Amino acid sequence: MKICISSTGKEKNSIMDERFGRCQYFVIFDTETKEFKALENAGVTSAHGAGIAAGQQIVDEKVEVVITGHMGPNAMKVLQGGNIKVYKGQGKAIEEEIRLFQEGKLEEINQAGPAHFGMGNRARGSW
Amino acid sequence: MKIAVLSGKGGTGKTTVSTNLAKVMNWDYVDCDVEEPNGFIFLKPNVLKTKKVNVPIPKIDDEKCINCKKCVEICQFNALAGTNTGIILFEKLCHSCGACELVCPVDAITEEERSIGKIDIGQSEDIKCMRGVLDVGEPMAVPIIKELKSLIDEKPTIIDCSPGSSCSVVSAIEGVDYAVLVTEPTAFGLHDLKIAVSLVKEMKIPFGVIINRAEEENDLITRYCKEEGIYLLGKIAFDRKAAVLYSQGKLLIEDEVFRKGFEEIGRKIEGVKRCN
Repeated sequence: MKICISSTGKEKNSIMDERFGRCQYFVIFDTETKEFKALENAGVTSAHGAGIAAGQQIVDEKVEVVITGHMGPNAMKVLQGGNIKVYKGQGKAIEEEIRLFQEGKLEEINQAGPAHFGMGNRARGSW
Repeated sequence: MKIAVLSGKGGTGKTTVSTNLAKVMNWDYVDCDVEEPNGFIFLKPNVLKTKKVNVPIPKIDDEKCINCKKCVEICQFNALAGTNTGIILFEKLCHSCGACELVCPVDAITEEERSIGKIDIGQSEDIKCMRGVLDVGEPMAVPIIKELKSLIDEKPTIIDCSPGSSCSVVSAIEGVDYAVLVTEPTAFGLHDLKIAVSLVKEMKIPFGVIINRAEEENDLITRYCKEEGIYLLGKIAFDRKAAVLYSQGKLLIEDEVFRKGFEEIGRKIEGVKRCN
């Protein structure tokens, strides 16, 4: 199974990024091979539809689980279309998040949060 | 002859200038600030005709779709996503380019119409008034602005733009003969005026500046215009009377002093028209 974490860096000890569509990197961990792989987020440079571009990338990577902080409605729709489960991470290092997930300590996110979360609107939460 | 009224900064008085000038000059008025069209509050036209504005979006036939994702790859706006359960359309991101329909190898994509707003056409005494109204929640104003502009006839027309210098403003001022830049004597007013000036220069549109809420003879905007050799069309005084009339939904030209000011600006613009 492939687990993807939105990340601020490319390493397994990088810190998780709260954002999904606008995070810098995705770190993907393969539970069978125990290998880590980092990808640049295709959504981060999109003028519009960052969550959709990011979601598409994750669907194409055949990931089964995503760990992130917040997910907007469009990205959620894409991941649900790809039957991908989304879990709420705790903002810790990538390895730590994976451990927490495997121990069943992360909560599943079934409903999208507000759109444009990561665009400097944290104080308001949404537009 | 078409004149666009724009500003850079919001709330400087574009609509105040546009509506009062339209009335004193007896020009047609078109409100291209489709996200918040408020010129009709002051001109109070009888709306004689309303038409819907539609944009084409793809319609995907799931029976025919082979999930090849060619449409997803071609879409430059992330309006389509391909998952193993099928193609997902995000209609608000669609720019109606039609590329997805062209690349579909099995003709599973056809176009359908989606309404994004409307255009009102009315009459206020001798002036024809039009406005675009974008539906709440719709992100793209440009299709309405383009349709609105296609309805402008040969009569001299004032185009009231949205604030800023984004696509909406660019499409509203495209092809106009002259631009009126409205600003206020504040640091923000100057900052955003500079952006508007670089936009009209880039688009090679001749322009002049109006200072609203002017208090001093030699304020920072006046100094800037002198330094840059920008034509100052006029100043609108920072006067309580203006605020009172505005708050009652009335035109400033109901006041004699303001009327004379707008007539003077109108004459200057007519001069520009003759030069053209």
